[in-house]
Amino acid sequence: MVNISESLKAQVKDLNFYYNDYQALKNIQLPITENRITALIGPSGCGKTTYLRCFNRMHDLYPGNRYEGEIILYPDGLNIIEPKVDPIEVRMRISMVFQKPNPFPKTVFENVAYGLRVRGETRKSLLEEKVENALKQAALWEEVKDRLHDLAFNLSGGQQQRLCIARALATGPEILLFDEPTSALDPTATSKIEELIIQLKKEVTIIIVTHNMQQAARVSDYTAFMYLGEIIEFDKTDKVFTHPSQKLTEDYITGRFG
Amino acid sequence: MMPKEDQNIYFIRERISRNKLRDHLFAIIGLLATLIGFVLLFTLIIDLLIDGFPRLGWQFFTSYPSRFPEKAGILSAWVGTTLVMIVTAATAVPLGIATGIYLEEYGKKNWLTHLIEINMNNLAGVPSIIYGLLALGLFVYFFRFGESILTGGLTLGLLILPMVVIATRESIRAIPNSIREASYALGATKWQTVKDHIIPYSTGGILTGIIIGLSRAIGETAPIITVGALTFIAFLPTPPITSEFPFLSFRWLSDPFTVMPIQMFNWISRPQHAFHLNAAAAGIVLLFMTLLMNGLAIYLRYRFRRKIKW
Repeated sequence: MVNISESLKAQVKDLNFYYNDYQALKNIQLPITENRITALIGPSGCGKTTYLRCFNRMHDLYPGNRYEGEIILYPDGLNIIEPKVDPIEVRMRISMVFQKPNPFPKTVFENVAYGLRVRGETRKSLLEEKVENALKQAALWEEVKDRLHDLAFNLSGGQQQRLCIARALATGPEILLFDEPTSALDPTATSKIEELIIQLKKEVTIIIVTHNMQQAARVSDYTAFMYLGEIIEFDKTDKVFTHPSQKLTEDYITGRFG
Repeated sequence: MMPKEDQNIYFIRERISRNKLRDHLFAIIGLLATLIGFVLLFTLIIDLLIDGFPRLGWQFFTSYPSRFPEKAGILSAWVGTTLVMIVTAATAVPLGIATGIYLEEYGKKNWLTHLIEINMNNLAGVPSIIYGLLALGLFVYFFRFGESILTGGLTLGLLILPMVVIATRESIRAIPNSIREASYALGATKWQTVKDHIIPYSTGGILTGIIIGLSRAIGETAPIITVGALTFIAFLPTPPITSEFPFLSFRWLSDPFTVMPIQMFNWISRPQHAFHLNAAAAGIVLLFMTLLMNGLAIYLRYRFRRKIKW
């Protein structure tokens, strides 16, 4: 595979994943580069979301799921999918933004503050400061600063998704996972989120699953093309989209299937 | 779609008007069916009001039952009903909510929880007299709680427990999974998720279930007779609040009692017509209590749902 000279935030080694007897991920190897955006593309059902959800152990919420292999998180070298590692600890270090905006039916403020509250933070001034910072990072502060105590459901779809990003950022995660974050949004809201994601890589390592190849080309530094639970090709985004080394990748990005 | 050339447009029109005729026919049948139920209920209420309304007055609410119909009142009955309802709610609410949450959020989906689920749904349909027999054996004879408010409340609590469990489970199930995932993804434990999200977002549905359960319990007669509620009580239970330290007393739990429907039953089974008027008046009060509770349920549902749109 490709030789990466930049520093790594995580390294996926020989990852296999099973839903009961069905093997959804096959022998995945992938480096995740620090402060870069890694995109996962591929047709529906290729396992990209399954793969993403290994990073915060979401599969542990449901019975019959099994991991094999390693996802090593740097700098401490913790294998986050090892059964003895507490999934809650992993989720405290790695945040996630979901496909459809899923704010809690609480106020804007309480949505962003929730991650901090889970960690036992009760000091009002500190909560206020961190909520403000997170909303600023998510480019939402100007729009909501006067309605922090309104219900989050009153925001537009795009604002709700940025609120979810702020919620994920408020706890200072090391990696931020995006699962098709714009698939439920209109083009204007989508481009705002894309700009935001590019901005955010200065502060956090990003992995994004997307259905939209143009989106991967626009925002990411590295792209992995997945097919039937395997990584077919992984390289710098420019390279994947201009000179793919695999025939299958080329067929996919030129729209011949998927 | 354009008709084919060999199809006659008049034929199609005739077909349409015949279809429409059936449409009207059903509308009439449906309206009649609705009216029958409505008119009967309405007549019943009017009849109750004509008979009972003149008896409704301060005296009626503040008097004990009496041999003289015009002196008799429902004091011991409405106090008994209120106290029994307190015990019922205190039993069914915590048990029902905890069971519902456990089954939905904690219990693994296996044959055991499946069995519990089937049982729970069946329990909601068990005739209330069966609960009365169970309570007689369990609370009166085994635990020796006596023919008391505690026994009555626990019995009705058991009776409505399945309703509270089902209401809790249904309103928990209405919470989309994406909300749970959002909470877990922020590092919340199961209990944090339940306490901060699952319970607050299902409160409206749970409260509605509780009130509907209680408004069923308030009218139950059979199980209460079985556990030995008396039909003639000319005294009040020990007051729960006392003038001496610790100011709270639970002696009322072991006092004998009567409830509204039993008081009604007692009056209606007497030969004198004047007692029947008392029964009608008590019926109005009971009906009003039930309607009030149902109104409260509707209001609460509206209040809580307004904030939450999934």
